[in-house]
Amino acid sequence: MLRFLAQRLTLAVPTLVLASMIIFALQQLLPGDTATALSGEERDPEVIAFIRQKYHLDQPLPVRYAYWAGGVLKGDLGESIRLQKPVSELVIEKLPVTLELACLAMLVALALGVPMGILSAVKRGTFADTLANGIALWGLSVPNFWLGILMILLFSVHLGWLPASGYVPPSESLVDNLKAMAMPAFVLGNAIAAVMMRHTRAAMLGVLGSDYVRTARAKGVAPLRLILRHALPNAAIPIITLGALEFGQLLSGAVLTEQIFSVPGFGKLMVDAVFNRDFATVQGVVICTAATYIALNLAADLLSAAVNPKLRRA
Amino acid sequence: MLRHTAACFAAGLALASAAPPASAQTLRFGLMEDSDALDPTLARTFASRMIFAALCDKLVDIGPDLKPVPQLATHWELSSDEKALTMHLRPGVTFHDGEPLDAAAAKYSIERHLKMPGSQRRGEIAPIDTVEVVDPLTFTIKLKQPFAPLLAQFTDRAGMMVSPKAAERLGDKFSTSPVCAGPYRFVERVPQDRIVVERFPAYWNKDQIQIQRIEFRPIPDSTVRLTNLRAGQLDLLERLAPTDVPQVSRDAKLKLGTTYELGFQEILFNTGREGSPVADARVRAAFDLAIDRNALNQVVFNGEFLPGNQWVSPKHPNYVKEYPLPKRDVAKAKALLAEAGQPKPQITLTVYANSEAPQVGQVIQAMTKEAGFDVRIQATDFTTALDAADKGNYEAYLYSWSGRPDPDGNTFSFLSCKAPLNYARYCSTEAEAALQAERGSVDAGTRQAAWKRLADRVLTDRPGIYLLHRKLLWAYGPKLTGFVPYPDGLVRFTGLKLN
Repeated sequence: MLRFLAQRLTLAVPTLVLASMIIFALQQLLPGDTATALSGEERDPEVIAFIRQKYHLDQPLPVRYAYWAGGVLKGDLGESIRLQKPVSELVIEKLPVTLELACLAMLVALALGVPMGILSAVKRGTFADTLANGIALWGLSVPNFWLGILMILLFSVHLGWLPASGYVPPSESLVDNLKAMAMPAFVLGNAIAAVMMRHTRAAMLGVLGSDYVRTARAKGVAPLRLILRHALPNAAIPIITLGALEFGQLLSGAVLTEQIFSVPGFGKLMVDAVFNRDFATVQGVVICTAATYIALNLAADLLSAAVNPKLRRA
Repeated sequence: MLRHTAACFAAGLALASAAPPASAQTLRFGLMEDSDALDPTLARTFASRMIFAALCDKLVDIGPDLKPVPQLATHWELSSDEKALTMHLRPGVTFHDGEPLDAAAAKYSIERHLKMPGSQRRGEIAPIDTVEVVDPLTFTIKLKQPFAPLLAQFTDRAGMMVSPKAAERLGDKFSTSPVCAGPYRFVERVPQDRIVVERFPAYWNKDQIQIQRIEFRPIPDSTVRLTNLRAGQLDLLERLAPTDVPQVSRDAKLKLGTTYELGFQEILFNTGREGSPVADARVRAAFDLAIDRNALNQVVFNGEFLPGNQWVSPKHPNYVKEYPLPKRDVAKAKALLAEAGQPKPQITLTVYANSEAPQVGQVIQAMTKEAGFDVRIQATDFTTALDAADKGNYEAYLYSWSGRPDPDGNTFSFLSCKAPLNYARYCSTEAEAALQAERGSVDAGTRQAAWKRLADRVLTDRPGIYLLHRKLLWAYGPKLTGFVPYPDGLVRFTGLKLN
């Protein structure tokens, strides 16, 4: 197991370095100059020259990467040129928000997608199956932006139950925090629930048709126990894999949802940074997202290896 | 332990009941964008100006009629040679850290604007030579040459005073905790989420400040901003989309504030681009004649904006009346193109990829097609468009300028031969002379004659075609009273009340 862990960790480091190099290089392909973008309406040439010099923008690309990488090794992710704030502070501020939104969205997705998928598989060909499929199709097709605005109109404008936007830290008020996060989490989770439902249905259909389930049924196992105890655990592996992938994607920030509900997470930070060519912020956020993603994958690998000894030898 | 917990709980309850209800005392103001650094010397965005209106008073303010009115300076005199401006400060004014706002502090702030590395203000007040303290409340600004727009510059960030003590202590990190002399002091900032300020009890005009706290909340999408206002999550929002005006007008609970901006929307041409049809003034004139500004305004902006053809709107006192709004004339446009030997010129029009600019581009594309133009629209993000304009890598560019109280701020930087915003690469000795003349005297007659001479040249050469002047639109909820729209687009918090 230790050898397996060492192997995975050895792979994680070059992956991070490569990711940072790719994002650094990709950003240079963006048209537009950071110093010009940040020099204001007046475009004072002296200001442009000052910004170039201060942030090493006048240096060749490898030198700039070396400055950045050197800073990272010392725990310094650089400074946001636009906000004049250390990127590490911005990441520390935004990461909990994005994490919370991702967790709540996953909860919504699991709570809606898995039971609907099971129901759809068990009641295959019935009205319930068609209905569940219809809901899944709706969930996949409906744009986040439209659903978000409709929900705000219903729950905030007409009913006045939930705040239309904003974020309240759970340390301030857990109830207000959950109220603020309810709609964004639902909008995000809704789309994932649809995918979850389709995968759960397919996996359950596969398992329900297998010999051991038929044998269990012949032996008189109660239907609910048959589904939950015998069929679901075997059907769960692709659902868990899918869940891990979707969760990873959520961590990189749900741009549209964050914009609609003004949730100050990674997505909003990243979009603003890209449009303002605030490279240090983009780089910092990407590297943190990549690190979290790699850590999650590592955890998933370790979990799979713990469950399945064959993987440890692979 | 139990007794201790109970005591804490009781104290908490007492505190909670003593504190004023937050919602009644807090103005929640929805902004279109998040602010950049909150330092008047370094700031460059419109959003930051919104916040400075609460944090930082200026030497001079403008009234709704664009005339300068006293703020931190109560009165001022200009020397007969127009090279020295003496300003008298309001007595008893303090910064948020308790430091006095005296002539030495004013000298410090102006010199900071002039000398701080990366200062965005230097260009605005570059003709200042020295600042001399006369007495504790009087200082004199000596100019290298007469500079008519100086007072107008002091109505914006160049006129904002910062606490010398705080500025020295914080250096280039001043924006993390700005200390000025405005009606509100800085409390906290969560980037992309909110900027919070609270009433400054020692403000010189404190009786006029009724609202306890202001929460500035950046919400980029205008539909979402409006939905938040309707849901009661905001009390005031800026830059309402013109297409949402009917919705606000229909809602009995909402109110609308409007005024025309000081800026303009124009199509800039890269007159220096070799081989491009736009290098020929006749092609540019034909393009202008092919556009129906009123139709454009109706189709894209619900008729909410003001069609224009100069750097100031037809309602502005400095509008050159000899050049009224031109009428569309497709036949004349075709004749001009034939004369230029380019009956079917192909032009690429760069526009921002926002919700409105591509529509403007499409309407212009359709209109100019009737005269023979083949306009190709290139929608891109703000920074990319700006970069292309800077490098001269464009043909035509749909450009917006937020405007300045003095028309100099709408002309000099764009039309002077070596000015940084001269994206059109335009240079005319007559236009240059007119620009120098308007800068060189505060006399209204002299300046108006200079504007006329500038119009004679620029409206014929057409390095750009001025199209529209936007209407600044605010929407606010039923609790807010005392709101007065100002043409610079900034909110004055004096006199505002939340009922």
